Amino acid sequence: MGHDTSEWVFVAIVIAILIYVGVDSWDIEKLLEDVPADAETIKVTGQQWFWSFEHADGTKEISTLHLKKGHAYKFEIYAKDVMHSFNIPDWVVFQDAVPGRVNHAWFSPDQTGEFPIQCREYCGLLHYNMRGSLVVEDSKS
Amino acid sequence: MVLELQKPRPVWQIMFSTHHTDVGYLYTVTSLAFLFMAGVLAMVIRTHLFFPGEGVLISDSVTFNRIFTVHGSTMLFLFALPFAAGIGNYLVPIMVRYKDMAYPKLNAVAFWMVPVGGALVWLGFSDTTWVAYAPYSIIRAPGPAADMWIFGMKILGISSILSSINFIVTILRCKHPDLPLRRVPLFAWSMLTVSLMTVVAMPTFAAALVMMLTDRLGVSGFFNPAMGGDPIAYLHLFWFTFHPEVYIFLLPAIGMMYEIIPRFSRKPLFSQGSGVFAFVMLGLIGFASWGHHMFSTGMDFTTKTVFMIGTLAAVPASGMHVFNFLATMWGGRIRFDAPMKFMVGGIALFFSAGAGGVLNTAMPLDFITHGTYWVVGHMHLFLTGTIAFGFVGMMYYIFPLFTGRMYSEKWASIQFILMMWGTVQVFFTQHILGLEGMARRVYDYPTDFTSWTQLNQIATVGAWILGASFVIFLAQLIYYSSKGKEANMDDPFKLGGKYYYPYQAKTPHHTGY
Repeated sequence: MGHDTSEWVFVAIVIAILIYVGVDSWDIEKLLEDVPADAETIKVTGQQWFWSFEHADGTKEISTLHLKKGHAYKFEIYAKDVMHSFNIPDWVVFQDAVPGRVNHAWFSPDQTGEFPIQCREYCGLLHYNMRGSLVVEDSKS
Repeated sequence: MVLELQKPRPVWQIMFSTHHTDVGYLYTVTSLAFLFMAGVLAMVIRTHLFFPGEGVLISDSVTFNRIFTVHGSTMLFLFALPFAAGIGNYLVPIMVRYKDMAYPKLNAVAFWMVPVGGALVWLGFSDTTWVAYAPYSIIRAPGPAADMWIFGMKILGISSILSSINFIVTILRCKHPDLPLRRVPLFAWSMLTVSLMTVVAMPTFAAALVMMLTDRLGVSGFFNPAMGGDPIAYLHLFWFTFHPEVYIFLLPAIGMMYEIIPRFSRKPLFSQGSGVFAFVMLGLIGFASWGHHMFSTGMDFTTKTVFMIGTLAAVPASGMHVFNFLATMWGGRIRFDAPMKFMVGGIALFFSAGAGGVLNTAMPLDFITHGTYWVVGHMHLFLTGTIAFGFVGMMYYIFPLFTGRMYSEKWASIQFILMMWGTVQVFFTQHILGLEGMARRVYDYPTDFTSWTQLNQIATVGAWILGASFVIFLAQLIYYSSKGKEANMDDPFKLGGKYYYPYQAKTPHHTGY
């Protein structure tokens, strides 16, 4: 194999891997952005330095969010002062809260338990402490 | 022009000189000073995170936020950029066979803006993070600190634009007529590429800084939602400059590898053409990927896809560089002196950092890694693993030219082992920490997850090892610059043949005062 040929083969292999990564992530992301029609909307508001939640029926919660297992939930994410980022690491819920904009994320918990909620975009003094928790309960109870 | 310390000149003569080697020397020494200053901050950050809990080492979170802000700003603008400009000043005029840079006085002006900008950043000690996202930096960041950061960045940005113009004119207009552009050595090509990129990218950030300043003064509301502005506009302006800037930091290090690897493999470069092609490709594609920093800001699916493709498109060109290095080394009679050790280590870490980058840009995976310690690990693997390895290797390579003396090969080997070990231990661990969900820029982390504590401690020990390697580096530079063995200036690394050509520049000093 000549020198140039070997380089082209190398580049072709790299491009093939990249195409695989690109197509696969395009496919999965499309799937992930497809919000189920029956998803319940929850308003999430980030401000320095806590999260507050408002359920569809008007119930409000601060820092701790109670949800039912097996339901789909759609978050409407707002910010009051500076940029935050709403994140439930265990469920890969992650979307910035940008003042003046509304962002969306959705998930459907299939496991009960308590999961941490955190802020993943630097928002000042107590950014590290802008934590909350998600409690997923059995829908029968 | 060589043997600066053997024929001592008063320090003011070097300081007020406009000769390219003197300015290069000033750039290099200044950037190394900032490297060690910011390195101390990094050690403080990592040591603080050794134990969970507030007040482990730093008593309050504001100080912590200020420390990581200044660490980031310094490493990028006061170490990476000026170091590349310094080595470029030394080597580019020699490589294109011209007596000096095209505009010697402009060159000195560009250098002297660096300590001024550095002083503003360090005296202000802002807490905005180095990205200074609006609206935090506008409505919440305290006092004169953030304004001083803005002015510091402004001055450093202008400095880098001026030095870029100088490099472009030197390479394109002042090269020797017998030297066609395609045969210009690849380090000069890397400086040409990054200079063109700087001239295109940097004004956007300069504009964003002015808008941020007037927003802070309350006379405008470009990025302030309370006045009808949009914070996302700042992010676009910022990353339009700073994704290309990633390549601006990276390409000079790649160019240094092109300078050193063929010499120490004692074999001609595999392909000049593919090196030039890959530089130009990276220079162009670098502008097509800024949006991958913003996938989670509410970007729509199509835009995300476009930026993902733009980011992935940069990978083949980086791969061509790696291939070029490996093919050059293949079958060569390699001498593993210190410069070569660092370059080979740099290639290995460049490869791992690049692989991590591909995962980052894959849209679903970005939502797992973005804003976590994964990103911290990833970008430090580039900045330390590739750029600092390249720069340290280059420093050893050019050491005989600076001082006329040789460093200690034994201590350089020890530094290499510690630096490689430390880099892998800190930054690979931080990747895992990110996958576990730990957010970046946090002053404290909860004790609920024992793995977080353990991984943080592993990373901190790695950081100490990395710190130790840099202490050795500093000691080497200071001690052997006056006590080292005299170097054989025709062939300091005993590679055979008189191709240590930096020595060939024998133009006399001219001072511009």
